[in-house]
Amino acid sequence: MVLDIQEQNNVILPSRSDFERIFDKVFRWMTLALSVGLILVLGSIALTVGFRAIPALQASGLGFLFGSGWNPVNDTYGVFPMIYGTMVSSLIALLIAVPLGVGTAIFLSEDFLPLAVRTPITFLVELIAAIPSVVYGLWGIFVIIPITNQLGGFLHRNFGWFPLFSTPPSGPSMLPAGIVLSIMILPIITAVARDSFASLPADLRQASLGLGATRWETIFRVLLPAAFSGVVGGIMLGMGRAMGETMAATMIIGNANRLNISLLAPANTIASLLANQFAEASGLQVAALMYAGFALFVLTLIVNVIAEMIVSRVGAKYR
Amino acid sequence: MDTNTLNKSKSNPRYLFGTAMTALAGLFVVITLLPLFTVLFYVISQGFGRLNLDLFTKLPPAPGLTGGGIANAIQGTIITVGIGAAIAIPFGVMVAIYISEFSDGNKLGQSVRFASDVLSGVPSIIAGIFAYGILVATTGTFSAIAGGVALSVLMLPTIVRTTLEALKIVPQDVRWASVGIGASNYQTVLKVVVPAALPAILTGVTLAVARASGETAPLIFTALNSPFWFTGVWEPTPTLSVLVYNFALVPFIPLKELAWAGALILVLMVLTTNILARLATRQKVY
Repeated sequence: MVLDIQEQNNVILPSRSDFERIFDKVFRWMTLALSVGLILVLGSIALTVGFRAIPALQASGLGFLFGSGWNPVNDTYGVFPMIYGTMVSSLIALLIAVPLGVGTAIFLSEDFLPLAVRTPITFLVELIAAIPSVVYGLWGIFVIIPITNQLGGFLHRNFGWFPLFSTPPSGPSMLPAGIVLSIMILPIITAVARDSFASLPADLRQASLGLGATRWETIFRVLLPAAFSGVVGGIMLGMGRAMGETMAATMIIGNANRLNISLLAPANTIASLLANQFAEASGLQVAALMYAGFALFVLTLIVNVIAEMIVSRVGAKYR
Repeated sequence: MDTNTLNKSKSNPRYLFGTAMTALAGLFVVITLLPLFTVLFYVISQGFGRLNLDLFTKLPPAPGLTGGGIANAIQGTIITVGIGAAIAIPFGVMVAIYISEFSDGNKLGQSVRFASDVLSGVPSIIAGIFAYGILVATTGTFSAIAGGVALSVLMLPTIVRTTLEALKIVPQDVRWASVGIGASNYQTVLKVVVPAALPAILTGVTLAVARASGETAPLIFTALNSPFWFTGVWEPTPTLSVLVYNFALVPFIPLKELAWAGALILVLMVLTTNILARLATRQKVY
């Protein structure tokens, strides 16, 4: 059967309507605009916080970062004790979390357990990160602080000459805060370290075992050096988290704005300073808090950018 | 040559070292998981006693009084998280669509991906002072909107990442087939690729929203708090997480009990969403 011209035209698909063409363009442009918007969000965080910090920057300049008095009553602000507290609490957290996290990562990636056991354990480690930080804070007050009071009392009685244990335990202090932070950064260190071990080619293991190395000799002499950059990236991501973690630190560290070298004395971090004072702050104090927040933002940004650069390169070596 | 050296000897130092290290690594796994179980144990044992109808229907009691509930905080959490999700979900999904479907791995796509990863490492309290700077300081009032904006900054990178992973599961053939029968860009993306990836996207979004519901730091000085019912999106709004924080530190036992009950609700919520998400992602579409 032969179609006449009219019918043939009906069979040919109609070209796209103007509306469809415009909608298609608009949709593409919108995804592009929002993608640029995401970069702008990151930039505007820096700009907004930096802009609001200007009054404090004018009032105290760089001395702000090294001054050690925080006194809203007579408007003098120095954030050094909090920078110190941020660094020391993160360091305690890393000292505990790195061996635990890397050990767990090795155990979960190197075929020690059957997969049916490993999968739920991996899931449980991920769950540690899902518990809200305020819950860790609440738990820390009732569980960790009594334990560190006992431990701190022992350390102070026997090693009181050592500056880090030079004060009697005060309840909320640096030590329990560092311990709770370590729990909170364990999942990210474990996950990134596990991924970097898992991305190593099986050839490495087989070659090492074939040469007569034991399993742990393989881990220490072959796998750990090969996965080193990834593990370091994970540790840095964990450090970034510990530095910025707010609630658990605020509830447990004691919020003392004076520098004290003892780990058993109350201290403060930048994040917990912000959490404590922002809601009631006014005038120059807001600017000073913004300045402190800006310092924290820059610190964590540096740590995170380096960490992301390391982590994104993991595995590329062997691909 | 002595063939005995080829036999495994249990007193061999290399063998002993291996056994000791295995035991140590196993011990580390136990120590790592111990806090999780004690947190769950404490929250359940301390919070379970207050889990009754009053908790979900009444306002918190004044200091010194007993009874009451945390209904206004539950209501406020739903509202602030809702505002945050309404901003972050369309934003994040569109960004992921650009990176995965339109960028062809160009410089901009890579930069956006990197910016998203960096954003996920920004401390939650910084998201709070950002929202304070652009909303609270300019409008002169603490509000649910400011809290929602702060939460959206935190949700955004998680939504981008999980949506990207979901879109990656959809095979390239499906896109070619769609374009091959004459579909335009938006038809391919919105009618073929996104529906195919939808279960995985929904899972990721749910996890991001659940995670945000437990955030406290960005809400303390944006949504602030209030002992009353919700009155408007431009008013201070109570939330569960801020309530737990405030009541944890007061010297009144009934309020402390409410803090534990609030913590229990938060923990149950993240636990169920995480477990359901885990079960849901087991069945892949393709």
